[in-house]
Amino acid sequence: MTILYLLAPISVFLGFMGLVGFWWTLRSGQYEDPQGDAARILDDHLREGPASD
Amino acid sequence: MTATVARDLSAFVARGDDDHGRLELLVRGARCGACLAKIEKTARETPGVGAARFNLTTGKLAVTFAGPSGDPAAVIDALDRAGYPSTPFDPAKAIREEDREGRALALALGVAGFGAGNVMMFTVPVWAGFFGQELTPATREVMYWFAAIVATPCSLFAGMPFFRSAWASLKRRRANMDVPISIGVILTLIVSFSETIQDGEHAYFDAAVMLLFLLLIGRYLDHKLRVRARGAARDLLALQAPVATRIDADGMERVVPIGDVDVGDALAVIPGDRIPVNALVEQGGSELDNALITGETAPVQVGPGSVVHAGALNLSGRLVLRAQARSEDSAVAEIARLMEAGAQSKSRYVRLADKAAALYVPVVHTLALLAFVGVWAIGLGPREALLRAAAVLIVTCPCALGLAVPAVQIVASGRLFRRGILVKSGAALERLAEVDTVVLDKTGVLTEGRPRLIDAPASIVALAAPLARASRHPLARALVETAGCGDVATEVTEVPGMGVEGLIDGRRARLGRAAFVGVDSRHAGETELWFGFDGDVKVRFAFEDAVRDGAARAIADLKALGLTAEVVSGDVAGPVERAAAEVGIAHWTSGVTPFDKATRVEQLQAAGRRVLMVGDGLNDAAALAKAHASMAPGSAVDASQNAADLVFSGGDLASLPEAVRVARAARRRVLENFTFSAAYNIVAAPAAILGLVNPFVAAIAMSGSSLVVILNALRLGLGEKRP
Repeated sequence: MTILYLLAPISVFLGFMGLVGFWWTLRSGQYEDPQGDAARILDDHLREGPASD
Repeated sequence: MTATVARDLSAFVARGDDDHGRLELLVRGARCGACLAKIEKTARETPGVGAARFNLTTGKLAVTFAGPSGDPAAVIDALDRAGYPSTPFDPAKAIREEDREGRALALALGVAGFGAGNVMMFTVPVWAGFFGQELTPATREVMYWFAAIVATPCSLFAGMPFFRSAWASLKRRRANMDVPISIGVILTLIVSFSETIQDGEHAYFDAAVMLLFLLLIGRYLDHKLRVRARGAARDLLALQAPVATRIDADGMERVVPIGDVDVGDALAVIPGDRIPVNALVEQGGSELDNALITGETAPVQVGPGSVVHAGALNLSGRLVLRAQARSEDSAVAEIARLMEAGAQSKSRYVRLADKAAALYVPVVHTLALLAFVGVWAIGLGPREALLRAAAVLIVTCPCALGLAVPAVQIVASGRLFRRGILVKSGAALERLAEVDTVVLDKTGVLTEGRPRLIDAPASIVALAAPLARASRHPLARALVETAGCGDVATEVTEVPGMGVEGLIDGRRARLGRAAFVGVDSRHAGETELWFGFDGDVKVRFAFEDAVRDGAARAIADLKALGLTAEVVSGDVAGPVERAAAEVGIAHWTSGVTPFDKATRVEQLQAAGRRVLMVGDGLNDAAALAKAHASMAPGSAVDASQNAADLVFSGGDLASLPEAVRVARAARRRVLENFTFSAAYNIVAAPAAILGLVNPFVAAIAMSGSSLVVILNALRLGLGEKRP
C-alpha cells in the first residue's frame, strides 16, 4: 500500500490543476459576457476572444 | 435655424491607468452578434479611437481613445448614424461595477467541489471498512490524514461567505441560517481532527466539505437570480438626458453636463431630445411626448409660458426653456428616489428560508447542548459527549433546508423562462405567490402603447401618405405604417406643434391639427390628424391605442385565480374606460400622476392587500418598486424593467396568470420541502443523540435528504405544458 503515498498526492495534484484552470477562467473574465462570446466565436472579424482586462 | 453648437462632452472621458482616455457608453438596440460586430466596428473606425469593446450581455461599450483624451460626441454620432442610440456614463458613477461577490462565490464553489471530490477519494474506502471489508486502523488513519489535508483548507476557504455572514449576523445579536452552518462546519473539523489524532473512527471531513458544496450551489443560484435586479437607479439616471444645451449670456450654445444646469439658465431643446430639467417654455412651440412621465398617449401641445417636465420627449419644434429646477430636483430623479425607497421596503420582506432558520436554530442548538450535557452526565465521558453533540449538528445541519428554497426557485424560474418570463430574484417568486390584487397600467400593458390608425379607407390613406412620410411625428408614422412605402412629398415644411405642409404631385397639401388644416374639430381631446389639399375637402384620421390580443382572457384567468384587478392609468378618462371595459375590469382610475400611482399601491397594501403591479412606463417605476410584487413587459423602459421583479416578453398578458400559478406551485413545493426536512430531523436528531450515527450514515443522510429535496423541486418542471 506504500504506492498510496505516491498516487494519492498525484491525484490530488491533478484535481488541483483543474481548480487552477477554473480560477484562471474566472480571472480572465470568461463569464463576463456569455451572450457576446457566443456571438464572437461565429464571426471571423471578432477573433480576439473574451475580454482579458 | 441650425445654430453651431459646441458639443463638448470631454467631461465624460476618464483617464485610464495607461494614460489613454476611456469612455463608457450604454448602447441601446443591440440584439445579436451582428449588432455587436457593427457597434465595435463603428466605434473603432471613429477618428481618435484606439479600441472598443462591447459587452452584449450588459449593453456597455468601453471605448479607449488613442490619446489621453478624445471626442465622445464623434463616437456617439457615429453610433447614432449606425442606428444605435447611446448615452455616456458619468465617469464619477461609472466606477467599474464588477460582480465581485459572484466571482468570490463561484471560486468558493469551485474549491468546495474540488474538495468534496477529492476527500471522497479517501473517505469512501473508510466507509468500506464499516462493513467488515479489510481495512487496518493504520490505513484508515492514513486516509483520514489525507482527507484532513485536503478538506481543512478547502472548508475554511469555501466557508468564508458563511463565516462572514454569520459573524455579521451575530454582531447584530441575531442568528441567521449561516450561524448553525458555521458552527457545524468548525465543530466538525475540530472533532474530526481530534478523532484522527486519537485513531478514532468518527472523522467527518467529507461531511464538512460536502455540506459547504451543496449549500454553495444554492447560494450561487440565488446570487445569479439577484444580480440582474441591480443597477435600477443607474439605468434610470442614464435615461435622463445627461447633457443639456445651455444658451450662455454671449448667445453661444454650449453642451454642458446636466448637473451643471442652474435654476434660471436658458436651455435649447431640439426635436428628438428629452427635456433636461423641469422648466418654463420661453420661446417656440412644440408637442411633447409625456408617455414616460405620465402614461398619456396623446402628445401635449406646449408654447411660451407652458411648464415642461424633465424626461418628456420633444417631438416637433425647437424650444427655448428657462430652467426652474436643478437636475436632482427633477421628476425623474424624484421617481428614482421613490424606487429606492420601494426597494428598501421590499428588502424588509422576510424570506421563507429565514423564517425557517429562526425556528430551526434555537431548537437544534439546544438539542446539541442537551446531548453534550446528557451524555457526559450518564458517564460516557467528554469525548463521546462532544462526538454526539457534533453528530447532532452534522446530521441536522440545514443542508436540505439550505437547498429547499433555491432548488425550487431555480426550477420555477427555468419553467417561466421557457415561457418568456424572466424572474429576477427568488424573493420575488415568494412574494408573487402571496398576491391577491393586481393593479394594471393601461398604456403599453393592456394596450399596445402606440397609436394605430382606425377605420380609414386605403385610398384616402394613400393620398395623405406622401406628406406623412416626411414627418417623424408618432401619428404620422402610424399612418405610414398602414400605408406602407411610397412617394415622399416635396418642399415640406414642418410647423412645430401644428403639422406638415408640402407639395404632393404639384398640389399644396397640409397634414396636422384641425386648426392647421383649417377645420373645427368636434372631437377635441382625441388622437386625430386632419388632411386636405388647398381648397379641397378635409378628411379626418382617428387613431387609437388598441387593446392587446388575449388581454381579456388573461384578466379572466387572473380572476379565476382569486385576484381582483384594477386599472390605474395616467391617460385621460375616455381611453382608460374603453380599455378597462374591453378586458372586463370594473374598477379603473384615470389621470393619475406617478406619485399617486405609488400612493394607490401603498393604500391598497395598507388595507391589507398584497398588490401585484404591472406597468411599463417611467411613471410606473415607483409603483413597481413599492408593490408587493411587480411585472413589466419586455417593451417597457429599462427603469421599469429594472424596478420590476419579473419581466415578460412580447407583452403577452397570458404570462401574468402563468407566473402567479407557477409562483404558487413553487411555494407549495418549498413548504413540502420544509415539512420533509422537519420530519427528517425528528428522526435524525434522536439517532445522533443515541450514538447511532457514524461518518457513513451522516454522509448518506445528508446527501439523501438533499436529493429528496431536489427531486421534489424537479417535480415542478413535470407536467408542464410545452408552449
